[in-house]
Amino acid sequence: MSGHTDMVLVNDEGLRIDGRTAEEKRPIKIEAGVLSNADGSAYLEIGKNKVLAAVYGPRECHPRHLQDPTKAIIQCKYNMEAFSVSDRKRPGPDRRSIEISKIIAEALEKVVLTELFPRASIDVYIEILQANAGTRCAGLTAASVALADAGIPMRDIIPAIAAGKADDHVLLDLNKEEDNFGQADVPLAIVPSTDEIVLLQMDGNMTREEFDHAIDLAYKACHEVYDVQKEALKKRYTSMKEEVDSDE
Amino acid sequence: MSDFIISEIKRDHILKLLCEGKREDGRGTADIRKIETIVGCIESADGSARVKLGKTEIIAGVKIVPGTPFGDSPDVGVLTTGAELIPMAHASFESGPPSETAIELARVVDRGIRESGMIDVSQLCIESGKEVWMCFIDMYALDYDGNLFDAANLAAVCALKNAIIPAEQYGKGKNRPLPVTCTPISITSVKIGNDLILDPNFDEEMISSARMTVTTDDNGNFRAMQKGGKGSITRDDLSLCLDRAVEKGKEIRKIIG
Repeated sequence: MSGHTDMVLVNDEGLRIDGRTAEEKRPIKIEAGVLSNADGSAYLEIGKNKVLAAVYGPRECHPRHLQDPTKAIIQCKYNMEAFSVSDRKRPGPDRRSIEISKIIAEALEKVVLTELFPRASIDVYIEILQANAGTRCAGLTAASVALADAGIPMRDIIPAIAAGKADDHVLLDLNKEEDNFGQADVPLAIVPSTDEIVLLQMDGNMTREEFDHAIDLAYKACHEVYDVQKEALKKRYTSMKEEVDSDE
Repeated sequence: MSDFIISEIKRDHILKLLCEGKREDGRGTADIRKIETIVGCIESADGSARVKLGKTEIIAGVKIVPGTPFGDSPDVGVLTTGAELIPMAHASFESGPPSETAIELARVVDRGIRESGMIDVSQLCIESGKEVWMCFIDMYALDYDGNLFDAANLAAVCALKNAIIPAEQYGKGKNRPLPVTCTPISITSVKIGNDLILDPNFDEEMISSARMTVTTDDNGNFRAMQKGGKGSITRDDLSLCLDRAVEKGKEIRKIIG
């Protein structure tokens, strides 16, 4: 978010360096049930981001002092692979990943029916295999699908996407160049059935008009991502049904 | 803090008061507590401030030392923000490495300072590619009665405004004030039931479902935001948070000068 670059991020025709318009998100692909050991899993690609999410649980809560006698707790670990960014990332948790893990767990808490599993833990693991801006949103989107794939009762699934600002234009779903050299970034996650906000951050510099516009774009795109999530889950269960049918 | 439980009686009392638009300590839903600041209270620091927001108290100190710049920004100074929630401040705080809560706190304060360009880091170069001033802001909670975010932001901002680059100590020319361009102010609201209240105290924070922090600059532009907590906020709540951040930010800038 330096805001200074010689690079033209939005050209005279209003097109971005990857050819998208301001209100266009990157191509997104989600597949549910991609791992065998985890209780639920999902693989997601949005643009050049490649993300895996896996869910274990509800299972016994470790460490035990975190147990809640009234409900399950959600523990999330967001982790970037060492090779996921251009410079090698030092393995292990850093302050950024700890913050992201915390806000993703809090967002998921709103939709998971945790009260059904007292004392248990639902563990969500998000691995960023390749990063190209927007990984927290990609991770949360994939984690929601993985939770549903694990058969965990939920009120809804959560889609997430970022909007932002670069070259003085409000843009949807910033890519790496727009994130690095842009002027603002606003990741948003909502509960689509109620339009409530469960994750929202912002950094950069925006006026009220620009911010409202960014939120409008992100809301609309969240609903589109939601459709892709539902499609991935439907596909997962259709293919499961076919497997079962052919076994009989 | 999760093992702290607010009694049903207290919870009901707070909720009942809120129905009438009132709060335990007599404030209205959009009132912030009294702010008291003591700047320059620590001589060994290059900048310092002790800030009280109601009964919440935080001390922030700034240390400025020469160091090596990052490879991708060879002539720009370095800014680092840390926060510790020490056991002295509250029975629920434990010693040891910074908790998730402390990390989130430090990162949200950092975002406001960094993204607002409060410190002109381009003026912190000593020798391009070799040496720049590194500015460390460390915050310690001393007494916790809710809303650490705004108290920490105030403490950090006051400490930075009062900081001097100790150039003479390192033989790098004359001492000079840290180049400060603006005053980022964060305003935090929490959601309790359907109410959105400003500057929550401990009890209010404990029974709240979601938290929203919005940081503005001197022009009333938005520079940083963070939604926290396990609950949600509506788009209308967000709009109210933005309006209040601009309005209260102006008031607080007048108070701290």
